[in-house]
This record gives sequence, C-alpha cells and structure tokens, in this order.
Amino acid sequence: MESQQELEVVKTCKCACRGTSDTRITVGLATCGIAAGARHVYDALLDEVKKRCLDNVKVMQTGCIGVCRLEPIVEVIEPGKKKVTYVSVTPDMAARIIEQHVVGGDIVKEFTVRLDTGGETADSAITSIADTEFYDKQRRIALRNCGIIDPESIEDYIATGGYLALKKALTEMRPADIIDTVKASGLRGRGGAGFPTGAKWSFAAAEPPGQKYICCNADEGDPGAFMDRAVLEGDPHSVIEAMIIAGYAIGAEEGYIYVRAEYPVAVSRLKIAIKQAEEHGFIGKNILDSGFDFKLNIRLGAGAFVCGEETALMTSIEGKRGEPHPRPPFPAVKGLFQRPTVLNNVETFANIPMIILEGPEEFASVGTEKSKGTKVFALGGKIKNTGLVEIPMGTTLRTIVEDIGGGVPNGKRFKAAQTGGPSGGCIPASHLDTPIEYESLVAIGSMMGSGGLIIMDEDNCMVDIAKFFLEFTVDESCGKCAPCRIGTKRLYEILEKITEGKGEMEDLELLEELAVHIKENSLCGLGQTAPNPVLSTMRYFKDEYIAHIRDRKCPAGVCKALLKHVIDPDKCVGCGMCAKNCPTGAITGKLKEKHVIHTDKCINCGVCAEKCKFGAISKG
Amino acid sequence: MAKTNGLCLGISEQEARLKDYIEKTGRDPSLLLSYLQEAQEIFGYLPEEVQVIISKETGIPLADIYGVVTFYSQFTLVPKGRNSISVCLGTACYVKGAGDILARIKELLNIEVGGVTEDGLFSLDATRCVGACGLAPVVLINKDVYPKMTVDAVEEVLKKYRNKEEPGE
Repeated sequence: MESQQELEVVKTCKCACRGTSDTRITVGLATCGIAAGARHVYDALLDEVKKRCLDNVKVMQTGCIGVCRLEPIVEVIEPGKKKVTYVSVTPDMAARIIEQHVVGGDIVKEFTVRLDTGGETADSAITSIADTEFYDKQRRIALRNCGIIDPESIEDYIATGGYLALKKALTEMRPADIIDTVKASGLRGRGGAGFPTGAKWSFAAAEPPGQKYICCNADEGDPGAFMDRAVLEGDPHSVIEAMIIAGYAIGAEEGYIYVRAEYPVAVSRLKIAIKQAEEHGFIGKNILDSGFDFKLNIRLGAGAFVCGEETALMTSIEGKRGEPHPRPPFPAVKGLFQRPTVLNNVETFANIPMIILEGPEEFASVGTEKSKGTKVFALGGKIKNTGLVEIPMGTTLRTIVEDIGGGVPNGKRFKAAQTGGPSGGCIPASHLDTPIEYESLVAIGSMMGSGGLIIMDEDNCMVDIAKFFLEFTVDESCGKCAPCRIGTKRLYEILEKITEGKGEMEDLELLEELAVHIKENSLCGLGQTAPNPVLSTMRYFKDEYIAHIRDRKCPAGVCKALLKHVIDPDKCVGCGMCAKNCPTGAITGKLKEKHVIHTDKCINCGVCAEKCKFGAISKG
Repeated sequence: MAKTNGLCLGISEQEARLKDYIEKTGRDPSLLLSYLQEAQEIFGYLPEEVQVIISKETGIPLADIYGVVTFYSQFTLVPKGRNSISVCLGTACYVKGAGDILARIKELLNIEVGGVTEDGLFSLDATRCVGACGLAPVVLINKDVYPKMTVDAVEEVLKKYRNKEEPGE
C-alpha cells in the first residue's frame, strides 16, 4: 500500500464484495471457540460448501462473539437479511445448517440462540444474538469488529473503515491536534487505574525530540479477565493502528507490544497482522507519504503478574527481572531504556481509531461526566451467561448481572460481584444499583480494574475468597520492597489461621492495621492494592469473619477444617449404613435407633452423607 | 538422535540452533527472555549448561541469567513430563471448583503440583488465569484446552494421553 488512493480503492472494492450476493458464514475461532471444538465445525462447514459447490457462500473465521458459554457459535449472514446465530454447534449440526438453512432457506430454529436474560427464560422467537437483551444493552466500540471480521484479513479490517483514522491523523492532523482530540474524548486508561489518556500522551510529547517509545500492555494478568485477549484475537489491527497514531502524536518511531506468553492465539494473530501492516505500508518508512516512520515489535511475557505494572513491564522488555521502579520519574519522562514512553492498555488503544476518525464528541456522548465511553467486562463465575460484554459507563451492576448476565444459575442467591481482580473488591447485593464509573466503584471499596467481573453466590465463602487472592499476591510479589514481600505473607497467614478455625478476634484489628500499612508503603500497584480484597470483604461480610473466629463455623460450607457433619435425628431411621462406611469409626448407634457422629473422631470425609439414603446427614 | 525429555546436551544440532538464533537477532541483551524461551523450546528446560551457552553468546553474566530464569514462572530448571497438565486456578475457575479437579489429578497420578510422574508421562502445574473464563473450569494439557472440566471427566481425559503412541505431540 503505497498511497492513500490505494487505501480508498481497497475499501471500496472490499465493501462492494461484502455487499454482493455472497452469503457469509462466520465461525467464532478465538481461544474459547477453539477450546469448545470450533475448528472441527469450521472444517465441516467448508466440506459441506465444497461438496455442494456453493460458490456464493463464504465460510470465514472470526474472533470472540461474546457468549463464550454457547461456543462453538456460527452466524449465517445472507445479503439483505438479518443474521442468524447458531450456538453450541457440532459438525453434524453444521451439515444440517447448510442443507436446511443456506440451501433450503429454512432457519433451523432448534439450533438458534437461547439466552435467559433479565429474569426471563429465552424468547424462542429470537434467532439473532443481536436481538437478545444480552446484546442490545451493550454498546460495542472497542469490540466493534470482534465477531464480525476475519482477524487474519487486513482487507476485512480496511473494508470496515480500518486505517482511515491513521490516514486522517497523518495527513490532516498535527500531533498536537491528535492529543487535543484524545483529551476532548475523555478517554481514561482501561487497564484499571483510569488515568486520562490524552494527558499521558501530552507529557511524553512535551519531552524534547529524540528516541521515544509507545508500549502496549497486553499482559492481562488479572485472573478472570479476558477482554484484551478478545481484542487481540478478534481485531488486532485496531491496536496496531492506534499505536502508530500514538507514535505520531508523541514523536515516537518505535513501539512494543508486550503480550503474555499464555495467549498463543493472540500472539500468532498479532504477528500475522503486523506482517500484513508492513506489507501494506502502514508500518515502516514514510507511512502513507507522510514522512513518518514507525517500527513495531512484539515481546512475550514469561509468566509474571507483576509485569502488568508499567515500570515492571518495561524492565522486562529490557531483558531483566520484572521489578518495578519508584515514580517519579514517570515513564512519560523516563521509561523504556530510560527514554520517554507512553504505555497504554489494549482496550485503551482499541478505542483510539474511532475517536480519531469520528471525532471526540461521539465517544464523549457515551458514559457519564467523569467516565466517558464504554468498558468491556469479562463476566464469569456463578452467572448464567458467561462471556464478554461492553457497556456504556454509568450502566448499573444490576443491569449487567441480571439483565445481561441472566442472573445466578441453579436457583442460588447472589452474594457478591468481584471487580478489579486481586487489586479489587467484592460488591454485595446492597450496592448492585451502583453505576459503573471509576470513582463510584472506588467509593464502595472496589475499583474498575481491567474488567474482570466474577459473580459469587451463597456457596462461596468470602474469607476463603480473600485468602485465595492473597495466596495469588504472595506468589506474584516480586520481592523488591519489604511491605509487599513480607506484609502480604503475614496477611495470608492470618487468613489461613482464620479459615482453619484458629483465628482470634484480635486478628481482625491486625488485618486492618497491616492492610493499611501495606497499601501506604508498597513500591508499586501490586502491593498498594493487594490488601483490597481483605478490606472489602471485611467491610461487607464481617459477620462471616466473626463466624469463623468466634463460632468456629463457615456459613457457606467451604472451609473444610470448620465443617462438621451432623445427623438429623428427625430423619435418621437407624439403618446403620453410615456407621458401616465410616473410615474412622466415628459413628455409633444401635439398629433402628438414631445414630450419632462423634466430632472428635470425625475427619469430615463426607462418606456418611453420600451413603445415607434418607438425607439425614448434612455438613455445616 | 536419542531424545530424553527434550534435552540432548553436546548434540551440536540443538546448540547450533540456539546459537544461530542468538546471532541472527544481534546478540541483544534486552532479548534475554526471548533467548530463554527459544532455549526452553529447544531443550525442554534450562539447566545450568544451557544458561552458560547463553551467557557466552551474549556476554550477560550467568548470575543475571539465573536471576531471570528463577523470576519468571514460565521457565523451568527441571525437565517437565511429556504431557504437561496445567489446571487454571484463576478466580472464575476457582469459584467453579478447580481446586477439586486439581485434587483429583493429584490423587490419580500420585504427584504434587510441580511434580512429574515416575514414568515421565505427566507433569502437573497450577497456572494463573489463562483467559478462557467463560468456559471455566479450564484444564490445559500441552496445547489442548479442556473447557467446563469436571472431577468425573478427569480419568477419561488422562487415559487419552496414556493411550497415545507418540505422547506430547
């Protein structure tokens, strides 16, 4: 691609091809789809199309469509008709879809999307995912191309307006204009901290000209988060285009994408996309005849959560142990290889092309006063519709959990929504009507975080959850500063004590004191936020902590050391099955008389409860 | 060429492959993580001898290389099994019972986390979140991803790998 004219030609040509009589069949081939077996479905569809010589039917791969639980997902898009979404597709179903729908014109109703949302069961009249409440409450900006285009085709990206923002930036705007545009949009960092993106770019731009860098944080280490993975696997060019624009804006001619090694599909699609961008002249020398050069490198992470912290990430790119640095100096002044560097998250970058191309007002019209635009959330845990959703800022948690997520399955009660990963907190039912905004989430003891949203129900123990997060943090602490290295370990030990029934009431005060000390004195965000899960669970679920300590009970029935199996005398008929099977002889009783479990001998293995045919034995 | 858990020291082919990669990329100290990843791909793990090769080829002190190898969890100083099992213990998988699945695997294979079975067929690790939370709980064996895993399904899945002729492909 040597010139802007050629860019326009490809766009027109591809758009024309897309608008013709071709029927498109897209198959979700991101990691979730592949894990669910979508490659076999893709092959089966190709086979059928070939067998029947259907020249005007194109089978193509696409990225994450959003409802991971229903993968493999196949969508049939016929010209002039609304697309039809088929879910949980198998190779056999694929053959029938071709025969009955694509050839015969008759939608296979029993295979189409069924999503329980908003407390109602699925509407059987709906055949397109776009019509479900799951989708129509969303506003897809960062995910605009995911599930729609083939991520391995730059032509597809260009056909939907790709690289037009870059063209506009390089040919119609000065670097200062670009930064003003990003500032005006109100875009804030989507990695979790929410720092204003335009401001960050302006600091780096203000540094004297010389070697500068653009970095993309694609490390996505938060457990439960897969938003960035979806963008990288479904629309890698959007990130590339944004990084080149950012480079032009601050005067950087080189960029690094730091992507975690645990995302092999994302790495592969990024490599393909970079090669394609180079071949088309979007990366390299004199891009689109603007005189601007840009080079893009990929670096793989090696399994260290702390490398998601910006200074640690840069240290890792330099080939060292991923240990953070004190700030100031901030990376915009002295970052990678001691040069001015802008580091942004994948999702932050994914919003840039739209902001540049359509102007900042469109983006700023979505969301709230201080939190503009949308946020992508990875919905997981005890929720019916696990998957990826992008909602306007200001949407309430309740809308996400009940309307989009369909609520908690198996008739269980919602207990908490955990946001922000190991840096975040648990939000109880009483705060479900909180609007999703940076400040409002901090006010209730959590944070936006990168977007992981894990739902917990009555069967999850909040003390155990706090312990789970601390175990993670202790393992991932880089060890450089004492408050984090030593403090998180002590926090974990106290929580372990409590879940083993050895806690004392003084431990609660000690937890709070330690937590505050670690937050205030740690070198980087990992340590500064590590105590959050403890603080937020103590704020909202103190009764559970007290039950563990004072009553030696785990109300949710999780902490094994505190469980006691007990025979209900009203239900026991004295059959003796429990006593017969007890490995430690802890149960006594005569035939046809009530039996009793002796807790001093009971090891809580649960075999008695399994063997009892009368439901007389429960744990609590 | 005999292959024992991937490592054949002194065999010029593997060493040459690594040295070639380091030379082609300009012997750049900032590429240390890439060199270690390539070396682990070639040799299967990173014993001292391999670290020495990298040190000699790049000029990076051996102590610094050792510091990096022991910092990042992807790198291993000991050989893995021919089939590498990773149970995801990310939050979404954890709340859906990944702990019980891990316990079942430990029980069936009689190894602890980080260990290798006596016949070298399986090694077991607990990983951080792999990002497939919509399909929790997730277990990975080599590059195969097993979604919505259950405790009951574990034995069948492990049998698949026992029965394969060329395990670890």
